[in-house]
Amino acid sequence: MPARVGIPGTLLYYLYFPVWETFFRNIGAEVVTSGKTNKKALDYGVKEALADACVPIKLYFGHVLNLIEKGVDYLFVPRVVCLNGETTYCPKFLGLPDMIRHVLTDLPPLIDVRMDVREGTGALYRAYSEAGRALGAKWPAVAQAYGKAILAGRRFFALLQAGYQPPEALEIFKNKSAVQKSPGHFHRNKTELVFAILGYPYLIHDQFVSVGLLNKLSKMGIKAVTAENLPAKPLARQPHILDKRLFWTFSDLAYKATQFLLQRGGVDGIIHLTAFGCGPDAMLDKFMEMLVKERSSIPFMSLTVDEHSGEAGMTTRLEAFADMVRRKKGAAA
Amino acid sequence: MPVITFPHVAEAQRALKMLMNDLGNEVIMPPRPSKRTLDLGVKYAPEFACFPVKILLGTYLETCPQGVELIVTSGGVGPCRAGHYAQLHKKILRSLGYSVDIIVFEPPRLYPLDLLLNVKKLNPRRLSYRSVYECVRRAWRKIQALDNLEKLSHRVRPRELSRGATTRVYRQGVEWVDHAYSLKEILEAEAAALEALQKVPQDPEREVLRVGIVGEIYVLLEPASNLEMEETLGNLGVEVERSMFLTGWTRDNTWAETVENITVREAALPYLPELLGGHGRESVGNTIIYAKRGFDGVIQLAPFTCIPEIVARTILPRVAKDYDLPVLTFFLDEQTGKAGMTTRLEAFVDLLRYRKKQAKSPKMAVNI
Repeated sequence: MPARVGIPGTLLYYLYFPVWETFFRNIGAEVVTSGKTNKKALDYGVKEALADACVPIKLYFGHVLNLIEKGVDYLFVPRVVCLNGETTYCPKFLGLPDMIRHVLTDLPPLIDVRMDVREGTGALYRAYSEAGRALGAKWPAVAQAYGKAILAGRRFFALLQAGYQPPEALEIFKNKSAVQKSPGHFHRNKTELVFAILGYPYLIHDQFVSVGLLNKLSKMGIKAVTAENLPAKPLARQPHILDKRLFWTFSDLAYKATQFLLQRGGVDGIIHLTAFGCGPDAMLDKFMEMLVKERSSIPFMSLTVDEHSGEAGMTTRLEAFADMVRRKKGAAA
Repeated sequence: MPVITFPHVAEAQRALKMLMNDLGNEVIMPPRPSKRTLDLGVKYAPEFACFPVKILLGTYLETCPQGVELIVTSGGVGPCRAGHYAQLHKKILRSLGYSVDIIVFEPPRLYPLDLLLNVKKLNPRRLSYRSVYECVRRAWRKIQALDNLEKLSHRVRPRELSRGATTRVYRQGVEWVDHAYSLKEILEAEAAALEALQKVPQDPEREVLRVGIVGEIYVLLEPASNLEMEETLGNLGVEVERSMFLTGWTRDNTWAETVENITVREAALPYLPELLGGHGRESVGNTIIYAKRGFDGVIQLAPFTCIPEIVARTILPRVAKDYDLPVLTFFLDEQTGKAGMTTRLEAFVDLLRYRKKQAKSPKMAVNI
């Protein structure tokens, strides 16, 4: 019987699940995910995690508990430090395996490999081969699985670049026979406005915690653009206009996406989605606000979500923002 | 002559002022953080920025209207947010119409050239590097003297016979050191102040609890931000030992790491092997060291939303369980009130006393 490896369905799941799934499947393990976020995962997380932690971390705890209930043999909780050689992830990501290990009891063995490409060439391969060894796989199998995982990651990335949102791309990845609808198929009406939604992918694309932000926008006839859909190369080539580059990958990306969008135009409003008490975002939000104010007249709003976010409050704010943008556009036209 | 200011960090700004004056700068002294400082900081800083950002911004906003041209502060290389403070402050201050510049001292191990350029900017008198070094050494010795005084006051206060005597003598001692200028004077003032502190009438028989304090550096160092917690604890009959002083921290972040710091890192290894930035790992490591040294309890101080300390706080309950050591955490922000904090501290100290008594006479446990 193959070993069952659990991968929590939040945080980096939205960007790297295809890589991880392909890798573990190819070394002969069965991959179990905790599925979409639901009330239960949130309740579990709120109960187990520290009250002062942000909602994504609480959700991660919830997803891990879901997996434990499903009875997995291993939990894949990587310590992802740096994947682009320049910026690191939030300190909470860096201490994630430790937090899980020292808070939750009755854990299956953790596969907590450290991924830091700054360690030198092949660092990523070493991390994966360590994960493979934990499952007892031999090196030729690991090398082959690693190669396939990287390719799967590239295909997934191409889907994102083609305009699919991560959940749609994941759907296509999981279910290859599914009809590949065109990107952004959920737009029902003719879109009249384009909003950029910037922030953490695990907040924006988690329809539970963002209280259906993207669906609401599409119902309102607004097209949403996220940082994942923006062309990667021009984004990476954005000049560093801050005195000091932001340390954190997602924050750096969101800031550069703002720069890029202001330069390219084509968006009517920018929404920064952030979690209550998020450390990096406290800085980023202010920097973004100042940048948008300085360089353009595009309306900017930051939306904060937490475990108590309500449907009504979110809708009201979005409607008010959209109304404001429409009126502004009408006045300008 | 540039007009400069810097953040308020406990008593250390006295030594910084001396250094900056020696180099030929005009200094506007930062006021002790007060309600007004906080109100200003909270008004203009991002909502979820941590407490030190707000206090520092408030301090700058109090000094900038007095004509500050240059702010001197420390930097950082992440992933703790502290590394971006200076840049954020500069942007906010500029947007409010103050044309100030900020000089950031990054760790010189990583940016050696930066250090020299910064020193050049702060040296309008064109002193030679040798004399700059002499000035820095004198200021450094002064900070050390101030730190030593504070350390001793933590030991004397819980044993004092009349409440408040230690604090009075300590404040006086700080003034003495402050007025000392040459190296010889500083040494003399330090010795005199230490002796005066020792002479405070004490009760050697009193049973004193020992509590270690760990956490984020700014809220540890600045009494105004932790609502004079050390004094409150001292008055409750607790000898506190703080895990961090300005001199120790500066040494660890400039030249080589000290032996103490490496020990702390190794202690934390089984629980938190990764460097998180800030002082998350140090908090865990120091807690373990305090447990091994037989302390009665540990208090963790952290600013609200501080990322490394949240990680540390998540792990600390396990450390507390493994080493059977009570740990109390305070997340501090502008809403923290002194009365609430004192109540929590009193309850914690009561618990520690009870535990100590119980450990001495295990029979009591049966009776209760």
